[in-house]
Amino acid sequence: MSRISRRFDELKQRQRQALIPFVSAGDPNPEVTVPLLHKMVAAGADILELGVPFSDPMADGPIIQRASERALAQGMSLRRALEMVSEFREQDDETPVVLMGYLNPYEAMGYEAFAKAAGAAGVDGVLTVDLPPEEADEFVEALDGVEIDPIFLIAPTTTPQRVAAICARARGFVYYVSLKGVTGSQMADVDSIATKITEIKTHTSLPVGVGFGIRDGASAARVAAVSDAVVIGSVLVQQLEALEQNPEQIYHKVPTLVAEIRTAMDAN
Amino acid sequence: MKDMNKIDDNKIIGTQPDSRGHFGPYGGIFASETLMAALEELRTAYEHYLQDPAFIAELDDDLRHYVGRPSPLYFAERWSEHLGGARLYLKREDLNHTGAHKINNTVGQALLAKRMGKKRIIAETGAGQHGVATATVAARLGLECVVYMGVEDIQRQAINVYRMKLLGARVVGVTSGSRTLKDALNEAMRDWVTHVDDTFYIIGTVAGPHPYPAMVRDFQAIIGREARAQILEQADRLPDALVACVGGGSNAMGLFYPFLDDTEVAMHGVEGGGEGLETGHHAAPLCKGRVGVLHGNRTYLMENDDGQINATHSISAGLDYPGVGPEHAWLKDSGRASYYAATDDEALHAFHELTRIEGIMPALESSHALAYGAKLAQQMTPDKIIIVNLSGRGDKDIHTVAELEGMTL
Ligand SMILES: Cc1ncc(COP(=O)(O)O)c(C=O)c1O
Repeated sequence: MSRISRRFDELKQRQRQALIPFVSAGDPNPEVTVPLLHKMVAAGADILELGVPFSDPMADGPIIQRASERALAQGMSLRRALEMVSEFREQDDETPVVLMGYLNPYEAMGYEAFAKAAGAAGVDGVLTVDLPPEEADEFVEALDGVEIDPIFLIAPTTTPQRVAAICARARGFVYYVSLKGVTGSQMADVDSIATKITEIKTHTSLPVGVGFGIRDGASAARVAAVSDAVVIGSVLVQQLEALEQNPEQIYHKVPTLVAEIRTAMDAN
Repeated sequence: MKDMNKIDDNKIIGTQPDSRGHFGPYGGIFASETLMAALEELRTAYEHYLQDPAFIAELDDDLRHYVGRPSPLYFAERWSEHLGGARLYLKREDLNHTGAHKINNTVGQALLAKRMGKKRIIAETGAGQHGVATATVAARLGLECVVYMGVEDIQRQAINVYRMKLLGARVVGVTSGSRTLKDALNEAMRDWVTHVDDTFYIIGTVAGPHPYPAMVRDFQAIIGREARAQILEQADRLPDALVACVGGGSNAMGLFYPFLDDTEVAMHGVEGGGEGLETGHHAAPLCKGRVGVLHGNRTYLMENDDGQINATHSISAGLDYPGVGPEHAWLKDSGRASYYAATDDEALHAFHELTRIEGIMPALESSHALAYGAKLAQQMTPDKIIIVNLSGRGDKDIHTVAELEGMTL
């Protein structure tokens, strides 16, 4: 059983929803990332989403775009992001790590080579924003070979037929993009999220996570009440940007934010 | 679908792309899930209306009376004699309304937007020609229009920025990434994801997710259909070669497409060679790039080993793009078309030469095609015929040219 399934099983027994923080690998500098991942786990993160920086992050709002730019300016690359996962795994063999990014860096490395390197590093899932299931056969095959879950997205605009088709291909969990927009936008209303999740659940027994637009403990708690996992990205990245010049404060402030959100979710 | 361009026995025309937008291994749909329904809606509408006689009649009428088509095919006799080789004919897209081929496509997509009931139009632009052509059709149809443009290009193409504003469009400066055309495209995609219900995204070239590469090609193919009929009328035979500049590749695809099955006609695309292919400062993915995925399709890209997209350089903003339409990638691999680069200096030289010898001031983009066309002509005898696509006029570029020659206007 994969780390992702194991983690969701444990959470289910404890009647808890997964908290999934997102940071970009190498933001604001490469030294920060691995210690920060450990501290976020200690603060209550269940799964980690690690952004692979890309020069043209089309699905991201300005906050995560700038994170990508900061990381790339520091010499980040897919190879170095995978090295970070290896380094993280030296001390944590339990917490699932999901890469979030765009297809082109994987294309450049080659699907097989990437899958091999990601598997060896201890990656558990790969969520690729610009890879719809129709184009994913070869990529999924490469990931299958190393037992990494391809994580697919469903959006508010996804038609019922597509929801069914995506669920049939999904592994690990299904990622519901809660709004029409880029990362960092205002959250959609919880009722519409709940309705779509109900629809998704008729097609799959996989957990459903919700991302895009969740900003604080209150919104996380509301989304957690209707889903299995909550992804928090832009608010954390905003902190990293604000503390770029004082990286030592990152280890305090960002985990504190994660812990606050955890507490709010668990009060449900 | 039935092909409007079918000429005699069908070899390539009408066979590409497949139903999901693949030209061989290139193209496809690599887009955010949020956009998949909108792309499907667009594909359905485009396939439907391209078969609809009322739509085609309205498009033809607009192309004739609003754009000013057919554009002339002009025999550049003095320039041909000066070069001492093949006879050069120029397809005069510079004489279209708004001064470039871009309007052929925006007229078509705007008619689709109207049929689909969309209230708001967005576009990306590099040189500003596509932005102007989009703002123009939006003004005519009374639709709200937002144009995304890299701040770098806003400086280079100030006249076009002001033209768009006069036409009632809002021009949004893009400050992310390299601040040029590719970043404007990213920003337009972000807008579309956010306003997907009421917004029509008019992409300006044969790139993007399916159906854009095929749809834009089909709207631009009027260039080649006219040129083919005109050369048969004027010279009583097909040309030996076609030459067009390639940014994203829409003017080149428009000229090439109706000739694809005429195997005796050679096809040459000319990319922005910048400071020279050996310097790395250029915009020539077909000449020097690698295959990857960007902006919704698989194609040749300028990228580093990590798959990060490289900054490009060309004297002409319209060629300053790290990708290229997937059909060109396929034509290159299949050998049906060949791709070259002309440097900034070569383009500038051609700009001056055509201006002085023929009294036609070409766009800097088109000057790349002219530069290569001149070279090719000199390798051929005067009984040979080359058609060069004069994709746009040079008024927008006179500040750039003046500045390079140390003048301020
Ligand atoms: C006059 C002119 N020619 C060519 C181009 C390049 O675009 P494409 O390769 O799509 O024809 C542009 C783009 O702005 C242009 O303005």
